[in-house]
Amino acid sequence: MATREFAAHEAHAHAAPQGFIRKWVFSLDHKVIGLQYYFLALTAVIVGMFLSLLMRIHLIWPNITLPLLGDIKPETYLTLVTMHGTIMVFFVLTTAPQGGFGNYFLPIQIGAADMAFPVLNMLSFWVTALAFIVMLGAFFVTGGAPLHGWTGYPPLSAVPTAGPGEGPGADMWVISIALFCIGALMSALNFITTTLDMRAKGMSMMRMPLTCWAWFITAILGLLAFGVLFSAGILLLLDRNAGTSFYVPLTVFSGQIVAHKGGSPLLWQHLFWFFGHPEVYIAILPAMGLCSQLVSVFSRKPIFGYKAMVYAMLSIGLLGFMVWGHHMFMSGMSPYTAFAFSIMTMAIGVPSAIKTFNWLGTLWGGRIRLASPMLFAIGFVSLFVSGGISGPFLAQPTLDIPLHDTAFVTGHFHLIMGVASIFGIFAATYYWFPKMFGRMMNETLARWHFWLTFVGTYCIFMPMHYAGMAGQPRRYSQFTELHYLEKLIPLNTFITFAAFVTISAQLIFIFNLFWSMKAGKKASDNPWEATTLEWTTATPPPHDNFGGHTPVVYNGPYEYGVPGAPRDYVMQTDPATVAAH
Amino acid sequence: MASYTPTVAIDDPRTSTGGNGALPPDWGSDGGNFDSSFFDTRLRRARLGLVVGLTGIAMIFISFTSAYIVRQGLPTLDPRTNALLHDWFPVPLPRLLLINTVVLLISSVTMELARRHTARKVALAQLTSVPGVSVEAKEGISWLALTMVLGLSFLTGQWMAWRELAANGFYVASSPSSSFVYLLTGMHGIHLFGGVVALLIAGFASVLRRTADSQFILVDVTGWYWHFMALLWVYILCLLEFVH
Amino acid sequence: MGLVLLVVIWLITFISTYFFIAKTWWLPTGASAAAAGIDHHFATTYLVMGIVFVAAQVSLGYFAWKYRDRPSAPPARYVHGNNMLEIVWTVLTAILFIGLNLMSSSIWASERFRPAEPGATQVEVTGMQFQWYFRYPGADGKFGATKPELIDASAGGESALGLDTTDPASKDDVVTGTMVVPVNREVEMILRAQDVIHSFFIPNMRFKQDAVPGLAIHMHFTPITIGDYEVTCAELCGLGHYKMHGMLRVVSQDEFDKWLAAREAEKQ
Repeated sequence: MATREFAAHEAHAHAAPQGFIRKWVFSLDHKVIGLQYYFLALTAVIVGMFLSLLMRIHLIWPNITLPLLGDIKPETYLTLVTMHGTIMVFFVLTTAPQGGFGNYFLPIQIGAADMAFPVLNMLSFWVTALAFIVMLGAFFVTGGAPLHGWTGYPPLSAVPTAGPGEGPGADMWVISIALFCIGALMSALNFITTTLDMRAKGMSMMRMPLTCWAWFITAILGLLAFGVLFSAGILLLLDRNAGTSFYVPLTVFSGQIVAHKGGSPLLWQHLFWFFGHPEVYIAILPAMGLCSQLVSVFSRKPIFGYKAMVYAMLSIGLLGFMVWGHHMFMSGMSPYTAFAFSIMTMAIGVPSAIKTFNWLGTLWGGRIRLASPMLFAIGFVSLFVSGGISGPFLAQPTLDIPLHDTAFVTGHFHLIMGVASIFGIFAATYYWFPKMFGRMMNETLARWHFWLTFVGTYCIFMPMHYAGMAGQPRRYSQFTELHYLEKLIPLNTFITFAAFVTISAQLIFIFNLFWSMKAGKKASDNPWEATTLEWTTATPPPHDNFGGHTPVVYNGPYEYGVPGAPRDYVMQTDPATVAAH
Repeated sequence: MASYTPTVAIDDPRTSTGGNGALPPDWGSDGGNFDSSFFDTRLRRARLGLVVGLTGIAMIFISFTSAYIVRQGLPTLDPRTNALLHDWFPVPLPRLLLINTVVLLISSVTMELARRHTARKVALAQLTSVPGVSVEAKEGISWLALTMVLGLSFLTGQWMAWRELAANGFYVASSPSSSFVYLLTGMHGIHLFGGVVALLIAGFASVLRRTADSQFILVDVTGWYWHFMALLWVYILCLLEFVH
Repeated sequence: MGLVLLVVIWLITFISTYFFIAKTWWLPTGASAAAAGIDHHFATTYLVMGIVFVAAQVSLGYFAWKYRDRPSAPPARYVHGNNMLEIVWTVLTAILFIGLNLMSSSIWASERFRPAEPGATQVEVTGMQFQWYFRYPGADGKFGATKPELIDASAGGESALGLDTTDPASKDDVVTGTMVVPVNREVEMILRAQDVIHSFFIPNMRFKQDAVPGLAIHMHFTPITIGDYEVTCAELCGLGHYKMHGMLRVVSQDEFDKWLAAREAEKQ
């Protein structure tokens, strides 16, 4: 039986580029662009972590004078809060998993030579990089960076006299976000077209690795959500600079009437959160896809419930557009609407729970290899559970009354979105580093990194739940003014010290990353014995990913532990085990 | 020659679609995306990309629409009287907008003619590779250039409409309804200008000696984009005129 | 490594659960009529989610250890899933989550769906950077007019609200920086904001509501215990957000009447 043969084709249409600029700066190669996104995110996360360290220091030592930076005034603290949140959510969580790893590995995992539109891909990176530069620029303009939080609620964000940093700094912030939206839409276009149109022969949708499903659904969410954020931003820019009143009613600041009337602050909240809720799923879905991949590879058995996992991600994506009001229970929105949103929010907890059960089901009965990617995958599941459990508290408006805008919320979203997603990024790095750089990362350093970070992040964010229940509000620059907060200061001190340790532990990762590129143990083409397409090709992959030949896919992506297989796994491209005997 | 007798039973046809190493049915995709010189593939991919991109753009205008409708119905608290009042007074739209609309719709027609003309060029191009056959490319009106002129005329007309509004005292911040008029027409204008730039690129493609295939793909994608912008404009005009 | 993972995950689970059960840091004492119901539902959600939390984490740690790869381990089970199990745990989870929410819906309805009772103590609460002001309508039961042009924040009190003293209804309005209300009587608040969004948060009363410029939001609660309660701002409002606090004093009806009368007298 002959397999289908292709007519002889010429070599891949766009040949490898020459010259430094074409190869590394304005590269059209999705692998290079993926690395560019990754290192952009790495830069951003270092900035973001530094900002949070300053925040934690200020909270327990409000009057300290820092070397070089001086005093941290209350408004400076709020600037740190705003920029930490904005930089982390956009330039780390929305950049590394999708723009970084998605760009690098989606085409390879589906058997394509590149993304559908390489020029657009290159542009999307540079627009995002420009957005980051504009965002950092906000620190350096008159008045400095804004203090209105990453959520930017007007009138605080719309009226320049509302606070320090709300002048040109806030304009830079909005413009940066608008640019980011454009970059994200361009990227989403590429991901969706590539997934739908460029899968290799035999790679049906239901044979795609769950990482590809995750990137695909994430891109759909991005496509539908970022346009809304863009619109919200345009309206805010107009209110700030053209005197319009989309968001701002008649307001009086320190006795001065500000010339707006009739606007609705709630309009911003609706538009922002219509984007904002899908955004949190954009941040977490790629990590979920990767976790599914890793628990299967490292348990040496198929993912439990592949179809259920796909449907769960699709449901999360769909329902994700119907729950935005749960950020607005206390906003002045109609309580009837609030009730409707709360039902939908409880509903979206269901597919997330299903995914957790399936991950556990994959571990059950496996032969678990606890290499560093798997440690982080298991860590991800634990953090996802912890962060997810606090969700049903906040989803019920009655319980949201005492908990809204307290540290309970901060603990919740850091665990389930921040740390879990970062663990996904770490896991992806340890897992795919051999394929990208041809070397293994140091396993001992990886373990130190894992244990310190896993325990450290729990020590930072679990106590925030207690503080929140006790009534500690969010975005307070210090706890010295309210009597009932005094007893929470020891808890906050503990959190700050945990933050010191955890942030320091990331230096191990950064060292390991760069050191291993040059001096890590050389890696084989498939060091983890995994079945997906990226492990069938050379390390690192050639310019057209597969060295001129088109892969043909015969099997699903999780054929591990197959009885009778000569090794304990069957590659996706393996037509059948040859009956040589 | 090795015979492909499976010695391994791959479970679960659901994830192996057909099980035991058989290939799934061909979905019309050529699968071999390595040779992207296949015209059909490139055209389909470009069109798919356009549809996806237009969805993203549509969301921008959907959110503006939602803001528009919400704002219309929103009462605001007058701090002087502590009473709720409605402050939505529709802006009388300049008649010029109707003329602009006609111009844009005509440009859609010329755009479609350009698209079909280029399609014919593609078909003819295949013949010119046959030795001894030469085909007169019937030049005549450049529909593409005409579309661009009409598009720029539309944008000029929109600018003039803005001037007329300002002359009547309706500036961007004059009232909530005037803000929306400027917002919607402005955002549409920016996107249409993007279409004009695309027309320029498509126009230069022939000068820059791109293949007929590539020329057509550029013109085709630009064409559908242009039609979408025309429809979007009609939608915006109806929204401003009838929904108040 | 598997054993270490089990131990660490279990320790994290049990230590964090301990602090929740021991209520080392907990909701402040409830002093409103709604607090008991809210706290009770909190405890129910707690218990249910706590069981799920412990079960999931314990299983995770256990599986990581039990199914670790070692020479004596049996081969991994080649199974792709179990449809019946998927259906069962989907349905159970849905019932659990949605059931929990429906259980709390009556509390939400009584807090938010119905307006204040007639005869409730009326207080207008205005938030501004970075201070809460409280206004009582006085004997005529009507709030006087306010005008933005008359606002003078530095003068405090009536001027901070821009009270129009030419309006007859303003004559008996009392403006204070401390909120005083009589116990066991419903309080109706009209929440307003002058500049940015603030949020009126009384932890002990289990009360929170955003005060939004351009809106006058009617809310109510019933204090049931005499005492002094801290009031804070729960929506980022600028550099002074951390120090935008106030005091709620719940007193007997007599004491409230005396206090109000004294404030009225001061105005003469």
